[in-house]
Amino acid sequence: MKLHYQVDGDNFLVAGEASASLKRTLKQLGIDASIIRKISISMYEAEMNMVIHAYGGVIDVELSADKVAIILKDTGPGIPDIELAMKEGYSTATHEIRELGFGAGMGLPNMKRYSDYLNVYSEVGVGTTVEITVYLT
Amino acid sequence: MKIEEIRHILEANVWVGEERLEGEVHAACGCDLMSDVLAFAKEEVLLLTGLVNPQVIRTAEMLDIKAIVFVRGKVPTQDMITMAKQKSMTILSTEYPLYIACGKLYRMGLMNEGEA
Ligand SMILES: Nc1ncnc2c1ncn2[C@@H]1O[C@H](COP(=O)(O)OP(=O)(O)OP(=O)(O)O)[C@@H](O)[C@H]1O
Ligand SMILES: [Mg+2]
Repeated sequence: MKLHYQVDGDNFLVAGEASASLKRTLKQLGIDASIIRKISISMYEAEMNMVIHAYGGVIDVELSADKVAIILKDTGPGIPDIELAMKEGYSTATHEIRELGFGAGMGLPNMKRYSDYLNVYSEVGVGTTVEITVYLT
Repeated sequence: MKIEEIRHILEANVWVGEERLEGEVHAACGCDLMSDVLAFAKEEVLLLTGLVNPQVIRTAEMLDIKAIVFVRGKVPTQDMITMAKQKSMTILSTEYPLYIACGKLYRMGLMNEGEA
């Protein structure tokens, strides 16, 4: 099964809709709750990053018998130093974003923690692609 | 601990989920940082927070958190109430600040930390 989502870049109110929608689909398919949780948390963090740091983007999800593969693509500013961005506590979020409860610098570490495979490619001025895979078994 | 008991201890208002006050939570998590909640919260915990925006409801949804208490007199917006209703969540609000609200529940027996 293939799913596609468009993520609006400046609507913080509906940010997370795509992750919530995938979560409902996975639930309907009867996938194990602890696996749904891993997928939901990783995707939600990545989706929030797209909204907060990169004016939105597109998400493609491929659901197969043994895994869920999620690719999030944006054309935002890119990440100059991915290794640094992966560190717990590292964040370039603005004061406004922090006041909304984000910007702890925990998103990428959370994705790493909850996914089975995480790959982040980024080019400054071009955009960022995040690949998340979670195995179903 | 029953949500009804939590409502009573915190002298809380109920915004959504009046019909689910007999439901129970076994652990709680007091936090204003959504990424921290995402990193550490267990399932089926009570979330106490001073942060009020739709992403609190969304974060709770991702974690299967069924009950939220807004502290320090903060109240949810209509958007948040609608979202919470759709997701069958219970939303309370209390005048107590986060530290005191957590302390009161802890003293009354809600002692499991809601962190993995
Ligand atoms: N899609 C993206 N485009 C551009 N920069 C990004 C993107 N995703 C992450 N970053 C950069 O990496 C940093 C770390 O991201 P991470 O998700 O770990 O933390 P955060 O988003 O700042 O805070 P939190 O996720 O805890 O709310 C961000 O502050 C930002 O500088
Ligand atoms: Mg983030």
